[in-house]
Amino acid sequence: MRYLVIGCLALLSALGVCAQGIVIDVTETNVQSTPIAVVPFRWDSDGTQPVDFAEVVSDDLRRSGLFDPMPQANMLSFPSSGQQISFRDWSISQTDYLLVGTARTTAAGIEASIELYNVNTQEQVLNRTVSGGPNNGRDVSHRVSDLVYETITGIEGIFGTKILYVSDATKPDGEPSFRLMMSDQDGAREQLVIESHEPIMSPTWSPDRKQIAYVSFETGRPAIYIQNLATGQREKITDFQGINGSPVWSPDGRKMAMVLSKDGNPEIYVMDLATKATQRVTNHFSIDTEPNWTPDGRSIYFTSDRGGRPQIYQADIANGRTTRLTFEGDYNARPRLSKDGRFLVMVHGRDGRFHIAVQDLQNDRVIIVSETSLDESPTIAPNGALVMYATKWEGQGILAVVSLDAGVKYRMPSQAGNIREPAWSPN
Amino acid sequence: MNATFKLMMALVAAVVLSACASKNTGTVVGGQGTGAVDDVSDAGASTVIVDDSRVSDSGSTGFGAGSNLETVFYFDFDTSSLSFEARSSLDAWAASLTSNPRDIRLEGHADERGTREYNIALGERRAKAISDYLISSGVSARLIEVISYGEERPAVPGSGDSAWSRNRRVELK
Repeated sequence: MRYLVIGCLALLSALGVCAQGIVIDVTETNVQSTPIAVVPFRWDSDGTQPVDFAEVVSDDLRRSGLFDPMPQANMLSFPSSGQQISFRDWSISQTDYLLVGTARTTAAGIEASIELYNVNTQEQVLNRTVSGGPNNGRDVSHRVSDLVYETITGIEGIFGTKILYVSDATKPDGEPSFRLMMSDQDGAREQLVIESHEPIMSPTWSPDRKQIAYVSFETGRPAIYIQNLATGQREKITDFQGINGSPVWSPDGRKMAMVLSKDGNPEIYVMDLATKATQRVTNHFSIDTEPNWTPDGRSIYFTSDRGGRPQIYQADIANGRTTRLTFEGDYNARPRLSKDGRFLVMVHGRDGRFHIAVQDLQNDRVIIVSETSLDESPTIAPNGALVMYATKWEGQGILAVVSLDAGVKYRMPSQAGNIREPAWSPN
Repeated sequence: MNATFKLMMALVAAVVLSACASKNTGTVVGGQGTGAVDDVSDAGASTVIVDDSRVSDSGSTGFGAGSNLETVFYFDFDTSSLSFEARSSLDAWAASLTSNPRDIRLEGHADERGTREYNIALGERRAKAISDYLISSGVSARLIEVISYGEERPAVPGSGDSAWSRNRRVELK
């Protein structure tokens, strides 16, 4: 909470606004999550610790859906290193894993040393020191979360990732205000990236996470922009007549798929970012939109209503050959593919309600993973375990997260107003 | 823990240890390591405030002052068919624009249901349906600009049939 306030103060002084952050409500957790105890870290330097390391780590692990961190109030002792552990204290509380640690300031910034123990075997399974700059307490904590998560599950951690999202801060009867925001994956450290009185849409990340692209109507017409996050430098890469939309980088970062209607109606194009030459991928009089690359970069999944209603198709970029992938429900759109290419995540409409659904492309089984009715804009975490999407809750636009198996769910409302169109960064 | 994993963790530790501090204040937040996997220094973003002062007048051509012709045309869900009422208003528009040519802008919109980029396409299809009707009635294509806002600029906030039916529209400006 303290960090949220500091973040807000920084924004407040810099911009005269305080986009109050996102507060997370975990609504469902897995039943078989692994019990773990994250003991408060011992702070070895002067002053108070810059961030509650154990709390950030516990929150990360809880939201992953795979862990059930023990409340501090239930802990019988507070060891901060291996020698201080009495394993009986932890085995009687049926904890499988125990994380202890110390943290301190250094000449370079902040450093945390951690030890992870398997309570049943009393073995040390991890011993590591993580460090960062003086303002990187949260980053150090997230890295600790990654290490714990990766050591126990064998799955890549995503706790150091970021999200982009669009905020509609228009006041009733006020001038429209659209903001592109960036925050940590847990909603902390919200930052304003760009602000405009005209719509901002479809934010997306470059594979190296250094650049973002989005659609902005700031000139009165839509155009696709690429922006360097560190420098703020940006380039308008399309300014065609009609739609300029749905930018998405190719897996190798050298091309961008997009939607242009310059030739009469919305079609999928691929632009070579070095030469700016465009290649048309689809050729049909119906709507073709919302491209997404297959992991091999050879074909594109997209939404088309060429069959009468929006469904998802795959087009081979080299030869244009197109096949239909979705058949369940009367509205399937905005495909996103897991990095291994196996799971197709999409907006699935049935009887006028719109949910997030996952189709296993190995057997074409479709599972609906969200039960609210105006769910859209799914984006997959780089490790493929979680999907973030936009929905409405109590009349407000919010973000929500669900695991691919629908076991864990949490909501991320923002006090800043309506938020939507999340885009999860690469790792 | 296998050897590869240990090596990876050693690399992680090395990169993390070498990660240096960066500033975290001000409008332009010094961003280092936005891309690196294991660099936990600030992943900052610079803030860009778009100067859109020159945009503020682009939404209207000033046309229609004193005119009593219909300027908003409504559509059914996921369709772009023109109603009988729309056609008769557009006939009047076509007569006016052929005798007194001036630039018009057709702004297509959709309701909030369905995906945002699909709704951009749908809004364009609606605006084009009106554009095509005007052109077939003799209006010069050069006078008409088509733009779609999809569901980004609803006329009426909120959810439900009454809001949705008023948001599925094309505005002639």
